[in-house]
Amino acid sequence: MSRAFISAQRLTRRFPQAPGASELTVFEDVCFSVAEGEFACLVGHSGCGKSTILNILAGLDQPTAGHIIAGGKHVEGPSLERAVIFQGHALMPWLSALGNVELAVSSRYPGWTRRHVREHAMKFLALVHLDDAAMKKPAQLSGGMKQRVGIARALAIRPRMLLMDEPFSALDALTRGALQDEIVAIRQATKPTVFMITHDIDEALLLADKILLMTNGPKAWIAEVIENTLPADRTRIELHKHPNYYPLRNHLLDFLVTRSRELAAHPELRSKDLHPAVVRPAVASTTDHTAGALASERSGHACNGQIASGHICAV
Amino acid sequence: MHAPLALRAAIISLLLFVGLIGVWHLATLQTGPTIKMDPEYAKLMGSMATQGKSAMPGPGEVGAKLWQHLKDPFYDRGTNDKGIGVQLVYSIARVLTGYLLAIAVALPLGFLIGMSPLMARALDPFIQVLKPISPLAWMPLALYSIKDSSISAIFVICICSVWPMLLNTAFGVATVRREWLNVAKTLEMSPVRTGLRVILPAAAPTILTGMRISIGIAWLVIVAAEMLVGGTGIGYFVWNEWNNLSITNVIVAILCIGLVGMLLDQLMARLQRVVAYAD
Repeated sequence: MSRAFISAQRLTRRFPQAPGASELTVFEDVCFSVAEGEFACLVGHSGCGKSTILNILAGLDQPTAGHIIAGGKHVEGPSLERAVIFQGHALMPWLSALGNVELAVSSRYPGWTRRHVREHAMKFLALVHLDDAAMKKPAQLSGGMKQRVGIARALAIRPRMLLMDEPFSALDALTRGALQDEIVAIRQATKPTVFMITHDIDEALLLADKILLMTNGPKAWIAEVIENTLPADRTRIELHKHPNYYPLRNHLLDFLVTRSRELAAHPELRSKDLHPAVVRPAVASTTDHTAGALASERSGHACNGQIASGHICAV
Repeated sequence: MHAPLALRAAIISLLLFVGLIGVWHLATLQTGPTIKMDPEYAKLMGSMATQGKSAMPGPGEVGAKLWQHLKDPFYDRGTNDKGIGVQLVYSIARVLTGYLLAIAVALPLGFLIGMSPLMARALDPFIQVLKPISPLAWMPLALYSIKDSSISAIFVICICSVWPMLLNTAFGVATVRREWLNVAKTLEMSPVRTGLRVILPAAAPTILTGMRISIGIAWLVIVAAEMLVGGTGIGYFVWNEWNNLSITNVIVAILCIGLVGMLLDQLMARLQRVVAYAD
């Protein structure tokens, strides 16, 4: 595995409560890392602080304790290196689709001529198949098209990291599928490092190289890192036909349905070094690992010790 | 089959107009009791006493007077005899000067208040006390300190049109969506660029609403202010014609005030449409 590109160290966020009450600790000592070019999905229940982690990574929020290093630098504020695709598309309604992308491009490249900016913006609108709707205002676009503009705006500044906060959660299943395919294609073309929040397991399995599983809040933490054992050329259609699909899916479901709650209730189960266990759910015969259904190891550069207990059953 | 809504509305408007003119005509047609008097005295007393004619001019008289004014609106034959167009231009010039001054104060201050909760709180007591003061209450103070009646009128216009703009700008700026500001942050926009490219267009519809209210108030206040300061302007014209006991001219002036007020409002409405956005 290559060196960590994004690395979170003991990230903690507390929110002040009503006067008199103690502070609310949303998550505590969260550690994780993402390698360069890797696609990481953060999965967890509502209220565990997923969006807060993404906002801290984007530089829009500050952790109460701990820090994040991204691209070799401490995250201290927002940066053009880290483009954000917002959940609610966040397009400026007074600008056309093209105008929205142009605003981003001219912010990224202040020296460019108007024409150069426009050509660049059009190129990225074409990438998400929106060149025909370039002059339309967001109000005239469908939900999926708006989110495409959001993607074009994020990609047009050529970020080193792409941060996505449940980008497709407001879309219907068909549109979501089409946009997921789009993301797969864009990823193959541009290979950015991606950090994405979702609570759609299939979306995570299709897109992510690794899936970070978060326990329930408050005082949530990232308990496990699931390595995606599906082939790299997986498609939405073929996804569920792979033998590793169900072990992966069952593991994720099991975590979301029961273990995320159990772990939240028993923080003493957390590993002492605070780093999440790496799990690689797969059918026994398809892995070259021995001893049972799955292999486990410790994640990341800064981690050591402790093997995750084998609590996952293969099909 | 129905005619388009606009056409039907226009027909009703026209009928109402004709009806109102008719009622007016009938009301001023009636003759009162006449008094027998010496012919020399009768000349002094005018048609009201001699023929029992109503003192209120009828629509015909007003129409004729209006036509006379509109035929030559820009003549200037000395202090007390200027065309109605000249008077309106004076008034509009005062309103626009005061209004532009108000914009220059209200927009930056509104941005400050909208962006800084601290300043919003600190300035709130001042605004709350100053806002309800009738603009004309400032007039003596303005006349005393500025010592120029025309500039005092402009000051009064400025102070009366500043509040709706100030409050609407502050509100518009304070309620710009957090997600748009976050987009600006992630694009590393400078504060000035964020202000011009994100906050201003986002708040523009709200700001324009305030500006539209302001121009209406300014036009209301200028008439009263000019009655006080005198010299020129449509307000002065109304008061002067009252002193001349020319009710016809007063009615003509009232009509002109209404029409100009409508034009100013429509102008702002058009600007509002330019900056409006569908969300």
